[in-house]
Amino acid sequence: MTTLVVRKCAGFGTVQDAGRFGYRRFGVPVAGAMDRCALAVANTLVGNPPDAAAVELVLAGGRFVLADGPALVAVAGPGATLAVDGQTIPECQSARAAAGAEIAVGGARGGLFAYLAVSGGIAVPEVMGSRSVHARTGIGGAMLRAGERLPVGPSRGTAPMCLPGPAMPPEGGAEFRILAGPQFDEFEPQAGALLCSEPFSIDTQSDRMAYRLRGPALIHPGGHNIVSDGVVPGAIQVPGDMHPLVLMRDCQTTGGYPKIATVISADLPRLAQTRPGREIRFRMVARPEALAAARALRDWEQGLADALRPVAPR
Amino acid sequence: MAIGDAAGAAPRILDCGDTAVIVDFGNVIDPVTSARVLALDEALVAAALPGVVETVPGYRSLMIHVDPGTVDHDALYRLLETLGRAPAAPRRVARRWQVPVVYGGAFGEDLEDIARRHDMTPDQVVRLHSGSLYRVYMVGFMPGFSYLGGMDPRLATPRRESPRLRVPASAIAIGGAQTSVGSLPSPSGWHLIGRTPVRPFMPERTPGFLFAPGDEITFTAISPADWDELDAAAAAGERVAQVSA
Repeated sequence: MTTLVVRKCAGFGTVQDAGRFGYRRFGVPVAGAMDRCALAVANTLVGNPPDAAAVELVLAGGRFVLADGPALVAVAGPGATLAVDGQTIPECQSARAAAGAEIAVGGARGGLFAYLAVSGGIAVPEVMGSRSVHARTGIGGAMLRAGERLPVGPSRGTAPMCLPGPAMPPEGGAEFRILAGPQFDEFEPQAGALLCSEPFSIDTQSDRMAYRLRGPALIHPGGHNIVSDGVVPGAIQVPGDMHPLVLMRDCQTTGGYPKIATVISADLPRLAQTRPGREIRFRMVARPEALAAARALRDWEQGLADALRPVAPR
Repeated sequence: MAIGDAAGAAPRILDCGDTAVIVDFGNVIDPVTSARVLALDEALVAAALPGVVETVPGYRSLMIHVDPGTVDHDALYRLLETLGRAPAAPRRVARRWQVPVVYGGAFGEDLEDIARRHDMTPDQVVRLHSGSLYRVYMVGFMPGFSYLGGMDPRLATPRRESPRLRVPASAIAIGGAQTSVGSLPSPSGWHLIGRTPVRPFMPERTPGFLFAPGDEITFTAISPADWDELDAAAAAGERVAQVSA
């Protein structure tokens, strides 16, 4: 069985797929890839379903060795690079790696998260229906460490493929669409106005669980502790220090802070790739626009495989 | 605030982005509200509407996670408006768990402090805490972490000013008017009064989770001398908690 061996993995590498669904009523976070678009591109390039398990790398990238068999490999993520046995592979292209091949992934310099997909998918055992790692609880495993051996599933594809043209969905710049949150009406009226008119920036104290935002204080006159209820990735909740945070994939299933708004699901992968310090803005939309964007993103994901082309021989 | 007291009052139905809808029965913690949440949960699961991914019952609300690509929001809202107005129907008989707890000492280092604050002896605190019938209102915060309703109001204690960075697994704690059964080690601002050898969450065991919203729980004080044997049995995959349905 083909195996991906971790040689060097700076920082927070984890195995991620689409996430773990069906267990949130028991307090199990959904986890999953921070940028499902990049995950889909990397997977499609190696012939996998868009949501197969891949290696998610943060900032610095990593080095790997393929063992016990060949595979197709591909990388996606803003600015991320791939080299196989020292040979740089063009963007949006998969490459054939023989057993023993060295795989070097350069981090997502234009964002934060890069995905290394291997044909057949990373085949660590599923836990509650998913291979996604939630490091804080240890569900699905832990952060990758040098020497770790990741099993790779059986694959059909052998020929390298590429995705011509813009592989990523259209850029929305630094503007993110939001829907009013369940406690929107309980905030001071100007809080909602500030959220949509003032710039915010992502604080360095951010991780897969939540992105903290710097910007104007958002005041919830009823106090910032409410009776806990369910939360979703994308929820903008405002704790007692009045500075909002956007919940991300590793967020808990319930929370006790008021939620002023929710980033729409189609814009969340792009927010995930936004670096700390960058200025961002929010724009309030209505549900039909959010649903249309979600369906457009799904169609884009499902259409990726049709856009695949064989790599022209040199 | 009184909306939760009036069985049959219409809850608020609110979007949580495009991937979830929440049915909110009011910012209250009480058994009637919890029963309405759980009744709605059962009815919605039975309706098996396409695009509903999963539901999460809370103290005062039901969160419905949806797939924005397939769900029909209008149909979902219509269904929730009908189901949500129904008063809490008598539910199927809840499971009742008997959970052994070692109170105080190294197992519950805040027990004496709680007793002092309320002008009681530690034994009185233990008698009050183990003398109530609790209901699981919500599982959240950590996998398998159960928030319970039904604690004697005389034990209500504001949360610690500085949370502990790590409390042991399976801690029994008091935070405000609530008490909890912990699962994994975690940070906590609640007061630790004991520990149970029971593992509410153990992925390698079937079932992986023991307690679900709507379950009833009673605590039985056990001696520290009984800990090792029960703890070893629980570590080997036994439930240790007695259950009757």
